[in-house]
Amino acid sequence: MGFGPYLLLATLEGLVMAAVLALTALGLSLVFGVMRVVNVAHGEFFMLGAVLAWAVSNAVGGHPAIGFLAALVVAPLAVGAVALASERLVLRRLNYNPEATIVATIGLLYILQQVALTFYGADARPVVAPFNVRLQLPWFGYSAYKLSVIGFSLLLLGLTWFVLTRTKIGLIMRATQYDRETATAFGIAVDKVYAGVFVAGAMLAAIGAVLVVPIRQAHYLMGHDPLLLSFIVVIIGGLGSLRGTMVAALLVGLSDGILSVFFSPTLAKIVATTAVALVLVFRPQGLFGTAQR
Amino acid sequence: MADALAMDKVDAGYGGVQVLRGFSMDLRAGEVLCLLGRNGAGKTTALKTIMGLVRPTAGTVRLGAVELSALPAHEVPKAGVAYVPQGRRLFAELSVAENVEIGLNARKKGNDVRESVLDLFPILRERWRQRSGTLSGGEQQMLAMARALCLEPSVLLLDEPTEGLMPSMIARIRETVASLKARGVSTILVEQRVDAVLSVADRVAFVENGRNRETVEVSRLRDEPGLVKRYVGVG
Repeated sequence: MGFGPYLLLATLEGLVMAAVLALTALGLSLVFGVMRVVNVAHGEFFMLGAVLAWAVSNAVGGHPAIGFLAALVVAPLAVGAVALASERLVLRRLNYNPEATIVATIGLLYILQQVALTFYGADARPVVAPFNVRLQLPWFGYSAYKLSVIGFSLLLLGLTWFVLTRTKIGLIMRATQYDRETATAFGIAVDKVYAGVFVAGAMLAAIGAVLVVPIRQAHYLMGHDPLLLSFIVVIIGGLGSLRGTMVAALLVGLSDGILSVFFSPTLAKIVATTAVALVLVFRPQGLFGTAQR
Repeated sequence: MADALAMDKVDAGYGGVQVLRGFSMDLRAGEVLCLLGRNGAGKTTALKTIMGLVRPTAGTVRLGAVELSALPAHEVPKAGVAYVPQGRRLFAELSVAENVEIGLNARKKGNDVRESVLDLFPILRERWRQRSGTLSGGEQQMLAMARALCLEPSVLLLDEPTEGLMPSMIARIRETVASLKARGVSTILVEQRVDAVLSVADRVAFVENGRNRETVEVSRLRDEPGLVKRYVGVG
């Protein structure tokens, strides 16, 4: 295969990676942006989504598409319920204190991981893709499912953007993000907004995971990479910036895909973490973030 | 006149620091009551305690028959109390329209309320899509008041609304307070400028060390200028 087709293949792989990463990072960015909580357990919500997707698709049986669709509905809802319980039982009791919630979510990370190990086991398990179609390009064949992941992610990102910028719920979330006290003085129940945002953030990660398990297998330790990459994306894009998250996810996803194909995945991680270091030194608020007042 | 709002022996503060110590005050229906006192006396804390943003550790805050101090903070505006905080505290990244929308949403008010509020501050119509953080100081103050008036409140709390504004804008704010009074809105005004107090207030409460030392009719202030000097340090 020549350089051009090889680059196209790497770009497509990078776009799939970017699509899933954008969903996961958006969840982390929303939670930090609105609640000022750094959720270290975010990657475990991703892992839980993947593990539950395997469990649900196995339990449903029949055609793979039925099991996958059931997983796409049930797994994010179940992860949302876990997130709601975590928010009520842990974060709210800590009054969303930024330092205390970091420690608490580290604890939550280990609890979720060990629960998955106990009930799911240490094996990596695959979920069958809902459809198995290869698009034959002139140079190579490519999975139609992977392309559908890009499309579905874009749809979900667009929907999130619409909710945040064009609806009353989004306006209330943004007002809470900018000034919690003044929002309260205008009748906004901040604790309900926080609960909703935390659940939505976890569900976005879970949806990303369900989309990815037909490509990568579900494993109880699979939350580490998405957490690291999500942090990289939201720091580069600007914490709390939806536009920044999308652009940074595209940059990181594409560079990861292309560098992994042409060189090695390790080099891709080196480049991404170097980019984060440079952003932190020269533009700490990120590419699209606003400086803290 | 009946009391619109009453604070009775309220203790409140931040963390371990007590600011209000047995603070009592009554606001009569339709009047403008001014809180005067030195910086750190507890004026802003009194307003925040009414709004539920600072929780009292003792005492009660009542709005008519409703005990505000028993409500969650986000229910206080729904009871009919609106707050214009010190420094305006606009949602600076949101547009003028979105700030107004937040105000309307607090008590589910509709377009008719929005239009009547905008009639008070027509300049906001021209700035409708502009990011509120880019408005001038005077325009920001008008937006902060408009946002609060969208609640159609029975009680309005204004914390230093003329701070940092040019004289023409200060006069405008005074006119607005006077017109609201004419509509029957009861107002608590925290103000440092004695001339502003004399022109719009009915009574003045002198706040010192977290207590309401004395509440007097504004006419007494004209007769006894020494009162202001005693509590505020300027005459």
